[in-house]
Amino acid sequence: MKSTVDADRLGVFKTYKLYVGGKFPRSESGRVYEVTDSKGKWLANAPLSSRKDARDAVVAARKAFGAWSGATAYNRGQVLYRVAEMLEGRRDQFVREVADAEGLSKSKAAAVVDAAIDRWVWYAGWTDKIAQVVGGANPVAGPFFNLSTPEPTGVVAVLAPQESSFLGLVSVIAPAIATGNTVVVVASEGAPLPALSLAEVLATSDVPGGVVNILSGRTAEIAAPLASHQDVNAIDLAGADEDLAKELETAAADNLKRVLRPQPVDFTAAPGTGRLTAFLETKTVWHPTGSLGASGSAY
Amino acid sequence: MPTNAPAALSDVTASDGALRRFLHGLPGVDAVGLEARAASLGTRSIKTSAKAYAIDLAISMIDLTTLEGADTPGKVRALAAKAVNPDPTDRTTPHTAAVCVYPDMVATAKAALNGADVKVASVATAFPAGRAALDVKLADTRDAVAAGADEIDMVIDRGAFLAGKYLKVYEEILAVKEASGSARLKVIFETGELSTYDNIRRASWLGMLAGADFIKTSTGKVAVNATPANTLLMLEAVRDFREQTGVQVGVKPAGGIRTSKDAIKFLVLVNETAGADWLDSHWFRFGASSLLNDLLMQRQKLATGRYSGPDYVTVD
Amino acid sequence: MASVFEYAPAPESRAVVDIAPSYGLFIDGEFAEAADGKVFKTVSPSSEEVLSEVARAGSEDVDRAVKAARRAFEKWSALPGRERAKYLFRIARIIQERSRELAVLETLDNGKPIRETRDADLPLVAAHFFYYAGWADKLEHAGLGPNPRPLGVAGQVIPWNFPLLMLAWKIAPALAAGNTVVLKPAETTPLSALFFADICRQAGLPRGVVNILPGYGDAGAALVEHPGIDKVAFTGSTAVGKAIARQVAGTDKKVTLELGGKGANIVFDDAPLDQAVEGIIGGIFFNQGQVCCAGSRLLVQESIQDELLDSLKRRLSTLRLGDPLDKNTDIGAINSEEQLARITSLVEQGEAEGAERWSPACALPSSGYWFAPTLFTNVTQAHTIARDEIFGPVLSVLTFRTPDEAVAKANNSQYGLSAGIWTEKGSRILAVANRLRAGVVWANTFNKFDPTSPFGGYKESGYGREGGRHGLEAYLAPTSPEGAR
Repeated sequence: MKSTVDADRLGVFKTYKLYVGGKFPRSESGRVYEVTDSKGKWLANAPLSSRKDARDAVVAARKAFGAWSGATAYNRGQVLYRVAEMLEGRRDQFVREVADAEGLSKSKAAAVVDAAIDRWVWYAGWTDKIAQVVGGANPVAGPFFNLSTPEPTGVVAVLAPQESSFLGLVSVIAPAIATGNTVVVVASEGAPLPALSLAEVLATSDVPGGVVNILSGRTAEIAAPLASHQDVNAIDLAGADEDLAKELETAAADNLKRVLRPQPVDFTAAPGTGRLTAFLETKTVWHPTGSLGASGSAY
Repeated sequence: MPTNAPAALSDVTASDGALRRFLHGLPGVDAVGLEARAASLGTRSIKTSAKAYAIDLAISMIDLTTLEGADTPGKVRALAAKAVNPDPTDRTTPHTAAVCVYPDMVATAKAALNGADVKVASVATAFPAGRAALDVKLADTRDAVAAGADEIDMVIDRGAFLAGKYLKVYEEILAVKEASGSARLKVIFETGELSTYDNIRRASWLGMLAGADFIKTSTGKVAVNATPANTLLMLEAVRDFREQTGVQVGVKPAGGIRTSKDAIKFLVLVNETAGADWLDSHWFRFGASSLLNDLLMQRQKLATGRYSGPDYVTVD
Repeated sequence: MASVFEYAPAPESRAVVDIAPSYGLFIDGEFAEAADGKVFKTVSPSSEEVLSEVARAGSEDVDRAVKAARRAFEKWSALPGRERAKYLFRIARIIQERSRELAVLETLDNGKPIRETRDADLPLVAAHFFYYAGWADKLEHAGLGPNPRPLGVAGQVIPWNFPLLMLAWKIAPALAAGNTVVLKPAETTPLSALFFADICRQAGLPRGVVNILPGYGDAGAALVEHPGIDKVAFTGSTAVGKAIARQVAGTDKKVTLELGGKGANIVFDDAPLDQAVEGIIGGIFFNQGQVCCAGSRLLVQESIQDELLDSLKRRLSTLRLGDPLDKNTDIGAINSEEQLARITSLVEQGEAEGAERWSPACALPSSGYWFAPTLFTNVTQAHTIARDEIFGPVLSVLTFRTPDEAVAKANNSQYGLSAGIWTEKGSRILAVANRLRAGVVWANTFNKFDPTSPFGGYKESGYGREGGRHGLEAYLAPTSPEGAR
């Protein structure tokens, strides 16, 4: 971390940690790796997550799923909006981190951070609307009430985009949790610091522990156990290259995970609902209606 | 308190509260599911020998009925003659189970039947509305029995039932049962007025607890009378009642059953719900009038291979 | 005592359907022999009578069919939606006109009772085409973005349990959205799909829009593998579904999978019992239990177990097993010798693991493939018959004490396709329905289907939905990768 105070005062470095189950553990492996800026200058050491960290993160995400998916959509919207509020307060920090991570100018990094904050607001507003857009009553030909409702798929493994370390990251996390999923996120391998710092924001934004779990390290190494994990329900391959994506999609077939394949995305453009619906299941409930009763007196 | 309830259930009629709790504790009825089941049994295809069996069985189960303000001794005598000998061209045709008339016509019917093995059933208890004092209803019943009725078709007090006064309904049935003496008692619920299937199930159990020999859907005087669904529900009730108490109770759908096809559907309901034990005129009846001629025409068709016509059966 | 009301045989006439001694593949609007000349026989499972000899598609034929579909795609997708709609309406009407013929055919080839093909399969087939016909010129209103585009050529592989209905579920939305299709029916039930080819001909459908390739698993695999298809739609076993998911990994092919299930039918102590019994019976014995969404696990509240089981056994005893063409038959034949062997083996395993087996007295015909309706009690979550899909007329009965336990047991499965809830308490229905991880929840009813109602599973029961607006989504490309709405 660059020192930003007077030359005669030695700066305090931040120890970057993982974010699992609402806590900030070091990697179970005890290993770290060097993170540099775009010019190769050392920024910090990030935890090098192991398979076991991935396993622990899945356990935390599963544990959090019941309460988070069961929370009211209004409540989830409030929580997501709270994330935007907290981010706004730490805007300068993230501008700095994004500038370092992605080699952007201050003003370009500021635009990215602003867009990321606005993205939380966008998805905060979606939580209590998506069910109305993609669900609804079905006019079946019979005396039945029939309603389709979208429900979260469950635990989603998210490989965050490699290039867009912050806006891209927010753009894949927010839609997944907006609908009630919980996520295990593998941060951008080369630029994990904004993700690890986002954890600090989430931890102070009423996002229940375990809803978002963030791991840093080698994407391929962490993603493999996630893709084959039988208690992971879906995987977003945004941060996988072609070969890795194929390998992970193949592994994901073992328990028929829902797979969102990598696709070219301009994260600065307004998002649609695609990432919201990618991790939704439609549940359709039937119930008889029938008549109130046949009567009528005719003496 | 007097009770006709079988020992196994004697405590449920101990008080208004106990009776209400019991009746409201019966399993609910899902209307769509019940109607779907009745409709599905209605798709059974009854052919050839099974059809011949069913037609004769249905004829033997008819309570051949006339319940008009315009009933006269002549009309009742004609009805009785038809009951005994439904098809003058074919003496192998079974007779009907009974004729069903108003109390003042019982004596006429009895005389006209002249000892034939056809019962006389009389409606009673201020049929069809049942809106009279208990004394009047009991006098009506005794009248009919004294005139020779073998069976009494009473109506329940639907007003009391719908007001939740189940014990009042129960006690009234008890009293009528007593007044009926050895005549078999059919208890009419007027299901069209009870309206809901839950009510029909409750009324069925209420009637059986009070000692009904038959439970009967309707008077034939309201818009909705016997339907496959309400009859199916009552068949379930008698089946369950026997299962629980060992007492077998008959069922009589009445009103609206006009064709052989309909009647056969009802027999399928009996066969596949209550079971073969009820496939007998002692345990199942049709309250009907025009049904008989249709059954006779179908019977002639089966015998001759030709479709029959209304001129080949007798008008009542 | 009364005599017994025996129903005389009431067979539906076979004369209404004319099955040719042999059939070809339907490619590019023409019937043709397989490139390698291979054929297979299709038999009637109720009698083992050979019904016809059918060309068996191989990979060369798959290639030809995919190319034909690709050629047809350009024009078909460019047709105004209202024109595509009219073709589908024509098809729906012709199906209605020929429904008795198709019902008899389906019963002969599949073994299911005519009562079901006549009253359930065929009406639903026609309804599906009607429903999706109406979508063809309204795609921009489907909430999938401003200008949704068809995917291209759809490769569709369907099972034998509802041959024509599964065809309708696949072909109707695909065509409405502007795709062309290559469809492989199951090897034991190819005939109704081939009759459908004739319906396409009667409807004047342009050549190559629908191609039908009777064949075995190898043809299905070749179809899924073919680089010329853009979409895979599969209904069948979870094992094959997983293989398909692996096959398409790393491609751009869109996939929908409708796979196995082990549906829990939960009966609470305040259920409408008589209707619950009907729902349980319909849930597991409809189509001999060869239904992916069958209610094969009965979860009954312990306090009413005895009462419910008595009623269930009594009702089971009234089921009529026999000639599927008899209009009074409730239980028909098992579709194939192979399926019968699978059911038999799982049932034997159930007994070996200590569950208690019960069947009503029930005479089985001497030829054909038959299995008596069967009920297992004393079953726990640990039994194979409580976990594996049997796909036969076999019900496993388990008990629970509280709603929480019911939900936990219902969800304790690799599958998540269907579930049933029986209770008169409205709030409990909604609370339990909310917590069940299943794509279709039937409350106080079971096994209801409708073209407007999305169908599909959670977990290993597959992904994607068929039916309704959701079903359309499976055959359309979003306007942007982000899926603007």
